[in-house]
Amino acid sequence: MDTVIELWTALPLVIQIVIKIVAIMLPLMILVAYYTYAERKIIGYMQVRMGPNRVGFFGMRLWGLGQPIADAVKLMFKEIIIPSGANKLLFLIAPALSIGPALAAWAVFPFDAGMELADINAGLLYILAMTSLGVYGVIIAGWASNSKYAFLGSIRSAAQIVSYEIAMGFALVGVLVAAGSLNLGDIVAAQQGGLLHWFWLPLLPLFLVYFISGVAETNRAPFDVAEGESEIVAGFHVEYSGMAFAVFFLAEYANMILIAALSALMFLGGWLSPLPEGWADGAFLLGDGFHWLLIKTFFFMFLFLWFRATFPRYRYDQIMRLGWKVFIPITIVWIVVVAVMKVTEMPWWFN
Amino acid sequence: MKAITNYIRSLFLFELFKGLSVTGGYFFARKFTLQYPEQKAPVSPRFRGLHALRRYPNGEERCIACKLCEAVCPALAITIEAEPREDGSRRTTRYDIDLFKCIYCGFCEESCPVDSIVETRVYEYHFEKRGEQIMTKQMLLDIGDKYEQQLAADRAAQSGVR
Repeated sequence: MDTVIELWTALPLVIQIVIKIVAIMLPLMILVAYYTYAERKIIGYMQVRMGPNRVGFFGMRLWGLGQPIADAVKLMFKEIIIPSGANKLLFLIAPALSIGPALAAWAVFPFDAGMELADINAGLLYILAMTSLGVYGVIIAGWASNSKYAFLGSIRSAAQIVSYEIAMGFALVGVLVAAGSLNLGDIVAAQQGGLLHWFWLPLLPLFLVYFISGVAETNRAPFDVAEGESEIVAGFHVEYSGMAFAVFFLAEYANMILIAALSALMFLGGWLSPLPEGWADGAFLLGDGFHWLLIKTFFFMFLFLWFRATFPRYRYDQIMRLGWKVFIPITIVWIVVVAVMKVTEMPWWFN
Repeated sequence: MKAITNYIRSLFLFELFKGLSVTGGYFFARKFTLQYPEQKAPVSPRFRGLHALRRYPNGEERCIACKLCEAVCPALAITIEAEPREDGSRRTTRYDIDLFKCIYCGFCEESCPVDSIVETRVYEYHFEKRGEQIMTKQMLLDIGDKYEQQLAADRAAQSGVR
């Protein structure tokens, strides 16, 4: 063990950082691939179907676990068609612009106490900035395609993402007030003290608003007007094929995982164990740890799919009404309530 | 009053949770998917699949070239040519069905006075080249010979009702 640590510290800083990036990106990409599989399987089950169950490994079916690999290989070998009249440079830059921020946001994400790539004090602000940048990929893709459907889709999603950004930002202000820090690690530390001290209970309205805004932010059902099949074919990515299309998909799913992980981090106590203190003393896997964060993240990721299997798509004006006239007032009121609770040190929260 | 309760219900997402509980329940429900190539759905004796021309038990072909099927065919998929055979009986010299035109309505089978042209239970077939979709008389007779037992049994089972 000591020699391993010695070897690690002997490495140049750049190499260390690259290894850390790979250690975050590789599992994330595998998770994205299998998230698409989980989506098809779970939605299938909710529709009393079986979902993909044919493609396996080494001649065995294994419940279709090979499906995402087969899909990836197929997409890699497909041609990237650039429409005539499209702005070639922007057309090819757009997917990169949407996946870049989706992956960059993970840089400040703490996976366990002190386990993060960059421990910066403005972590939450950085994440908010990165998730908002993703909209540029969508807008540029729609514009560069030189197609009216793609353009309509990108206009819709731009308006929608900008609207829900505000509600999301206000919900996070509540978290900041409660935690007293922008550092994600400190936000988790502020939730210490058991199940009822996690922010989901004192910030319940903000928690709901944050997660629903997150669903809208990632253009997922029931807020997926950006790709409303019935009106505008597939929205901003109609003209994309092959790997360029796959990159949009990767970005969308990476964003979903990010929102799920952030919800777990800020409202469900991150890596803190839900078991009361004293129960878990020294017991393997019962104490605080990365696995709790993983379980909570998976719960939110499942919610994304559950929503998609359940809710019909919102009409466009309903989306705007929900964002501006429902969510923003709720968050503003609750920020005041949280501030009062914080100042007066509300008994059950601060006992 | 009703407006207020409605407002509160929508604020607390009452209906949305109800919807989630429905889909959540179906998540654990039994799945009825038929795993097709391994499992197959039962087929009715009236199933209208690939066509066939039948023969009498003594080997004589049933078709007498009355051309009722050709006349009744709404898709004009059947082409028949006929002339007297050496022994003087009236038989077809050509009996083609274009399976691209055919809509599998079963009128030919219904119109046939001698139960010659029939539709079998076969629904798994394909064409790889242009032109293969034309079923000639010989091909239809071969299909009839191959499935004669099944065809006779199906017709016997349905004899009282059609």
